[in-house]
Amino acid sequence: MEQMRRPRLGEFVIESLVKVAGLSSIGFVVLIFFFLLREGVPVFFEVELTNLFSTRWYPTFGLFGTLPLILGSALVTLSAIAIALPLGVVTAVFVREVAPHWAREILKPMIEVLAGIPSVVLGFFGMTLLAPVVRRMLGMPTGLTALTGALILAYMSLPTIISVAEDALDAVPKSYRDAGLALGATQWQTIWRVVVPAARSGIVTAVMLGMGRAIGETMAVMMVTGNAARMPLTLDSLFRPVRTMTATIAAEMGEVAEGSVHYHALFGIGIILFVITFILNLTAAATIFKKRRRGGLR
Amino acid sequence: MVFLILLLLVPLAACTARTARRVEAETVAEVIENKGSDTLVNLALAWAERYMEEHPEVRISVTGGGSGTGIAALINGTVDIANASRAMKEEEIEAANANGIMPVEFIVARDAIAVVVHPSNPVDRLTMQQISDIYTGKIVNWSQVGGEDRPIVLLSRESNSGTYLYFLEHVIRLGDPNSELLFSPETLLMPSSEGISAEIRQNPNAIGYDGLGYVTPDQKVVAVARDPSSPYVLPSVETVNDGSYPISRPLYMYTAGEPQGEVKRYIEWILSEGQAIVPELGFVPLK
Repeated sequence: MEQMRRPRLGEFVIESLVKVAGLSSIGFVVLIFFFLLREGVPVFFEVELTNLFSTRWYPTFGLFGTLPLILGSALVTLSAIAIALPLGVVTAVFVREVAPHWAREILKPMIEVLAGIPSVVLGFFGMTLLAPVVRRMLGMPTGLTALTGALILAYMSLPTIISVAEDALDAVPKSYRDAGLALGATQWQTIWRVVVPAARSGIVTAVMLGMGRAIGETMAVMMVTGNAARMPLTLDSLFRPVRTMTATIAAEMGEVAEGSVHYHALFGIGIILFVITFILNLTAAATIFKKRRRGGLR
Repeated sequence: MVFLILLLLVPLAACTARTARRVEAETVAEVIENKGSDTLVNLALAWAERYMEEHPEVRISVTGGGSGTGIAALINGTVDIANASRAMKEEEIEAANANGIMPVEFIVARDAIAVVVHPSNPVDRLTMQQISDIYTGKIVNWSQVGGEDRPIVLLSRESNSGTYLYFLEHVIRLGDPNSELLFSPETLLMPSSEGISAEIRQNPNAIGYDGLGYVTPDQKVVAVARDPSSPYVLPSVETVNDGSYPISRPLYMYTAGEPQGEVKRYIEWILSEGQAIVPELGFVPLK
C-alpha cells in the first residue's frame, strides 16, 4: 500500500505544478492587460480626444497627438512586410521545394540563427553602416529614415515568415504535387499554381505573425528611424524620419513622473499597440482555424 | 476580481520595499544614495570614487535615470542626494513638502552646451537667433547662414533629457517665458549622446547640441554670439565662467533637508576639493 501511494502523491504534485504553470501564463496575460488598462485608460479622460488624435506630439507641453506615432508605426511595419513577404515566401519555397536535401540541412539552422541576433546589434549595425549608405544612395538629407527602419525590420521578421511559410508548404499533401506533375505540369508550374495557392492561408498566418514581430520591435527601430514625430503624409515620407509608438514609449518612459498625464499617455499608446497586435494575432489564429474546419490541409 | 487583487498587491509591494530600504539605511549609517541627471552621472561617479578612496568607511552609490527620476526619488525619500541639470519645479517642491521633505539646493558645477556640426561644414559661427530659427524650422538650408547649399538636418536629445528642456527654453525661446516656440516636428530625437555624435560624424547636413563633456574631437564646435553685434565665442572653462559664452547652465544637487553628518561632509568636499576633478570630465568648475 505504502509503495502504491507514494508515486501517486508525486504524480499528483507534478500534475498540479504543470497545471499551475500552464494556467499562470493565461493569468499573467490577463493581469498585464488589466495593469495596462488601469494605467492607460485615464488618459482618455484627462486629455480631450481632439488633442489625443491631433498631429503634434510634444508631451512636455501638453500636446499629445498620437496620429504621427500610429502612422509612423504603420508606415515602417507595412514597408517592412512589403520587403519581407516576397523574400520570405521565395526563400520558404526554395528551402522546402527546390533545395537539395543537404542544402536544406544547412539553410534551416542558419535561418534560425538569424532569429537569434539581438535587436540592439542590428540597430547599431543600421545606425553606423546602413544609414550612411541609405543617405548616399538616395541623396536624402539624412539616412535615419523610415526606409532604414523597414529594412532592419524586414530582416528581423524574415525568420518568422520563412519558418511559418515553410511549415505551411510542408503541410500540403504529397498527392497535390503528384497530381500536378501527373497532369503534365512542370515543377515550376506545380509550385506556383498548386502548392503555393494550397498553402495560402498558412502564408497569410506567416505574414500576420511577421507583422506582429515588426510592429512590436523597439530598440533597433529607435536607433535607425530618427524619431521625428512628423506626419508621414507626403510621398517621400518613406525616405524621411518617423517616430514609432514603441520607440516613443521606450524613449520617454524613463523619466515621466508616475501618475502624470504623460505617464498615462504612454500607457495609452501601449493599449493601442496591444489592441493592434491582438487583432493581428487573432487574424492569424482565425486563418488557421478556418483551414482546420475546412478539413482541407493538415 | 483579479483586478482587485492586483490593486491590493501593488501598494503592498511598494510599502514593503520602502520600509526595507529605510531599515537598511538606519543600520548601515555610511551609505549615501545619489541618483538623477544623466548629464551629471559621470561627474557624480568620479566624485564618489575619489571620495570613497579618501574615506573608505563611506559607501556612495550613484545611479542615473534623468533629473526627473532623481527628484522623484528625493520626493519619495529613497535617496539622500538628487542630481539635476535643471532647478526643481514649483510643484516638485510642493510634492516634497507634502511628504515632509524640505529640499535644499546646491550648485555643484556648470555645464556649457556646445552646438556641433560635421567637420567639413564651412559654417563656424552662429547667433542665438540663427540657432533658434534653425531649430524651429524657419531656416532650412545651410546657405541661409553662410554655408553650402545643403538641407539642414536637426538633431536633438530625447524630450526627457534636461538638456532638451534647457535648450528649448534658453536657445529656441531665447529665454522668453511667454514664447510658445517649439522644436520643429522634423527634428530627429536621438536616444543617446552617442546617437548624436554618430550622425554628426557621418552626415555633413546635420546640426546637433550636447553637453560640452560629451563632445568628441571629431565634431566641429560652432562659436555662438548672443546677438549679431556681440563677439562669437567658443565654449571653454574661461568663457563659461566669465559669462561670455551664452549657452551654459548650473548643475544642481538637492538634499532632503539641511544635510547632516556624512552627506554634509560629502557636499562640502564636492564644493571645495571636489571641484578639481570637474574639468577632467568636460564640465566647468565653480569660480
